[in-house]
Amino acid sequence: MTTTVLPRVNYLNVRHTLASWLFTKDHKRIGLMYLVVVTAAFALGGVFAAGVRIELTTPEGDFVSADTYNRLFTMHGVAMVFFVLIPAVPAILGNFVLPLMIGAKDVAFPKINLLSWYVFVIGFVFTLAAMAFGGVDTGWTFYTPYSTQFSNSSVMLTGIGIFITGFSSILTGLNFMVTIHRMRAPGMTWFRMPLFVWALYATSIVQILGTPVIAITVGMLALERALGFGIFDPRLGGDPVLFQHLFWFYSHPAVYIMILPPMGVISEVIACFSRKPVFGYSFVAFSSLAIAIFGFLVWAHHLFVAGISPYSAMVFSFLSFAVAIPSAVKTFNWTATLYKGAIWWQAPMIWVFGFLGLFLVGGLTGLFLASLGLDVHLHDTYFVVAHFHYIMVGGAIMGYFSGLHYWWPKMTGKMYSNSAATFAAVLVFVGFNLTFFPQFILGYLGMPRRYHVYAEEFQVLNVMSTAGASLLGVGYTLIASYLIHSVFRGRAAGDNPWGATGLEWETQSPPIPENFDETPIVTGGAYEYTKRGAKVA
Amino acid sequence: MPNGAVAHADPHGPASAAGFGAGGHDHAHHPALQHHFQTLDQQHEASTLGMWIFLVTEVMFFGGLLMAYLLYRVWYPEAWSEGSEELDIVLGGFNTVVLIGSSLTMAFGVRAAQTGEQKATVRWLLLTIGLGLTFLVVKGFEYYHKWELHHIPGPNFSFEGPHAAQVQIFLSLYFGLTGLHALHMIIGCAIMGVITWMAHKKRFTPEWYTPVELAGLYWHFVDIVWIFLFPLLYLVDRARQLS
Amino acid sequence: MLSGIPLFPEQASTLAPEVDNLYFFITAVTAFFALLVVVFVTVFAIKYRDRTGTKVGEPIHGSIPLEIGWSLIPFLITMVIFAWATVVFFQIVRAPDQTLEVYSTGKRWMWRFQHIDGKSEINELHVPLGRPVKVVFTSEDVLHSLYVPAFRVKADAIPGRYSSIWFTPTKTGEFHLFCAEYCGTNHSGMIGKVVVMEPNEYQAWLSGDTGLPMAARGEQLFQQLGCVSCHLPDGAGRGPSLLGKFGGQETLGDGTVVAVDDVYVRESILAPQQKLVAGYQPLMPTFQGQVNEEGVMSLIEYIKTLPSTGQPAAAAQARTAPAPAAQGGSR
Repeated sequence: MTTTVLPRVNYLNVRHTLASWLFTKDHKRIGLMYLVVVTAAFALGGVFAAGVRIELTTPEGDFVSADTYNRLFTMHGVAMVFFVLIPAVPAILGNFVLPLMIGAKDVAFPKINLLSWYVFVIGFVFTLAAMAFGGVDTGWTFYTPYSTQFSNSSVMLTGIGIFITGFSSILTGLNFMVTIHRMRAPGMTWFRMPLFVWALYATSIVQILGTPVIAITVGMLALERALGFGIFDPRLGGDPVLFQHLFWFYSHPAVYIMILPPMGVISEVIACFSRKPVFGYSFVAFSSLAIAIFGFLVWAHHLFVAGISPYSAMVFSFLSFAVAIPSAVKTFNWTATLYKGAIWWQAPMIWVFGFLGLFLVGGLTGLFLASLGLDVHLHDTYFVVAHFHYIMVGGAIMGYFSGLHYWWPKMTGKMYSNSAATFAAVLVFVGFNLTFFPQFILGYLGMPRRYHVYAEEFQVLNVMSTAGASLLGVGYTLIASYLIHSVFRGRAAGDNPWGATGLEWETQSPPIPENFDETPIVTGGAYEYTKRGAKVA
Repeated sequence: MPNGAVAHADPHGPASAAGFGAGGHDHAHHPALQHHFQTLDQQHEASTLGMWIFLVTEVMFFGGLLMAYLLYRVWYPEAWSEGSEELDIVLGGFNTVVLIGSSLTMAFGVRAAQTGEQKATVRWLLLTIGLGLTFLVVKGFEYYHKWELHHIPGPNFSFEGPHAAQVQIFLSLYFGLTGLHALHMIIGCAIMGVITWMAHKKRFTPEWYTPVELAGLYWHFVDIVWIFLFPLLYLVDRARQLS
Repeated sequence: MLSGIPLFPEQASTLAPEVDNLYFFITAVTAFFALLVVVFVTVFAIKYRDRTGTKVGEPIHGSIPLEIGWSLIPFLITMVIFAWATVVFFQIVRAPDQTLEVYSTGKRWMWRFQHIDGKSEINELHVPLGRPVKVVFTSEDVLHSLYVPAFRVKADAIPGRYSSIWFTPTKTGEFHLFCAEYCGTNHSGMIGKVVVMEPNEYQAWLSGDTGLPMAARGEQLFQQLGCVSCHLPDGAGRGPSLLGKFGGQETLGDGTVVAVDDVYVRESILAPQQKLVAGYQPLMPTFQGQVNEEGVMSLIEYIKTLPSTGQPAAAAQARTAPAPAAQGGSR
């Protein structure tokens, strides 16, 4: 018999006032607050993408002006990179689940966690203000001298917004790192931690070391634009390419901030729905660290045609190949986890299947771009756009949705319709491939990025891409609807609807404010499913 | 249980029956212990680790400017030499001594807090703030002088010399680096003000003086940044100029 | 052009097949591994499916030999790709010794091409079939990028610096030329075409209304801007003699030795105090603002014609004369 009644006191109903949310120190509430803002940013970024794709249905610039188009693709990038991809898994799912997973009552610094959220919101408000004043048209990459001397758009406001938001990421990384070091329950040694925790730890390293560099770079950009400081000005002997080095020193590791946590999610979900430990646990754990560290060594692969020395290019090309290996190791380990598993095809696992296919294509196409001789032709074409969308959307967003669907019953206490969720996952998978696979072909044909009008022969592939984008839009809207519906009309999920291992499943759904009645003591590894049969609520 | 990984127990034994549980709350623990921590020790270790990690982010923050400095110093050694010559080595040297002194007084302040000497703690902290403010005042004079000479980069920049354009880059980095440093000093003085007030209100004991310790770490870091900035900015090619 | 959906670009240069072969190899390798993983995942997902959700999987923890295997083998394969790609890269960036040089400047939002003999084009570049062509270019404002997909070449145009691309066309016809670095409002309008002609047609086109050869224009500027008053041929003036200097080396006041190439000459005109020749005073003013990038390129061409024997005219003629028709495909 299903019921919509939730068990006793939980973190959602313990206090109802707005103040109890806005001044909360509860990591679970903060996670939900991030969910609201990130979802709004995702919708906004999606609207901008729709504008871009509608324009690109025809070769001529007949939907919007060139200026408007340039602002649309820039704001799409800014919204998605800084306000969706960077925070989504760590700040929403990580915030909610990390303390539960390690048996803690909260993160190490709950007040700083709340501050993180406010900083995030303030940064978002500045960026929204920039959008209200017409947006920015420099591309999310803000290359100089265009951004410092020529652009007539809201560069300063957007720069301030990004600068501020960066601190949210830094503080979250700092919080998680200390939490993982110091707040684990008795008995949870490093090698008994779930792999999602390893992923968040590796991500924290990148957030801590990388984000300050983009902050100071945006700061230097602002000083140059506002006050005429000449750091990137070629007329003074400054180097515009220096900006690219500083920018990508963060922005490349940033993509690992975006993908490492979803990879952690995949490990959790694949273990649960195969009912066995992740194959090669320590290799998967160490590969997260390897990706975090190697990720700092490859930034100049974005500058292969920007005038760096060919010998320097060789070094960065070599390292870019090397950084692919840990990701390959993970993929093989996940595949091996399925071997002789008991694969339960529930919604979170459907997202995992999608992830595996799409991340594979995204990662492998990175090899094309790491190849020097090929990158000359492919740089700044749609091949690059397709590559990073396969990783960012096909990988990171699919991973995020897998986690959201996995932990939704824990977060809300409610269960959504599995058939609607499966349908949405398949729709997104099909829509995604239709949107982005043609872009690989367009790229090799030579269609450059950020083009408002394009050569006629590129039209058919662009129309296919726009068609796919419409399917994506429908899919995402569907997800929002059944998830929201489940909150009001879903049946109570119970403590452990998936029969999963993990401390977060040992407590009620939704959890009490202090997470556990008593501090758990851990006596075994993370994924010990026994032969006696998994517990299903 | 199907997974056998977890047993539930209260790890602290009968003595700590207070503090946990969904029900009542008991102040058997130290008033400074926050409820998500289990012991003061754990809290102290977490706080200290947090501050060290924060200082690492600060290193990376200054690092971006220092990378730009490194590139251009290699490209334009003459401009660096000329630009550095324009800085007042006496004031800069004085400020260096002031800051090192303030780190010393800070260290004494932490020691006093550690040993429970409350009045001494307040005195040392006040001295530290005083030295910090001295630094800022001197810096203010230096900046004012630069403004008078039209040496602030931007539309009003004017410099006599063959490498004027690159000297402007040098001065951009000078103002960027010292300005960022001064901002950290101002924030540091504000933090010190709060800590001094807390010390004045007798909040610190030998069991718990973590805020003093953390503020000390921050203050020492800001000092160390200056130890790098002074030679990098003020002492470029001075040997050649003196000879 | 709309008769079918183009799925692959034309190969119109000697570099294109090299790049494409690399592409096919990487595609084959990655497709193989992608297929492998997809097949395994699909087979496992179906074969081991449990519809009840109550069964438990086999608790297999790992296998060191497998980990080593699937780390080492992909690594070795990527190293093969890396090596091959690097070889192709050096072919792309290292132009052959004898090239037909064309200068270009990108500025928002057009490409101006300047042939040495004086002919100048906007957004179109005429080149002869079968000869290596090198385009030396810069930007006058923001970053741009010169990209010809059919030749598989691209390089960013950076203000304050020279970049270059080279290619040997293997097909006549017209090929897309795109700006490939976002540069503002009309970025997607900063396009044009490369027109490859048969050598005799190219000669005919060249001998049309040409305007002044670049070196001659440079000589004019050399007089007008007053360079001639300090850079006396015997070196006794306030500046060093420029005869025969291009392509050689110069010793600077601090002892370092620099190559006298187009980058050095440009820098000496726009920021003369940076790399002062030994034995001369820092007297030369900067000509920034008095001469634009195209003027600088013309001056460079003029200086190239100044041989040590002091006979500029003959050398200039030799440089602009048509090359022999049989210039084989270069590699």
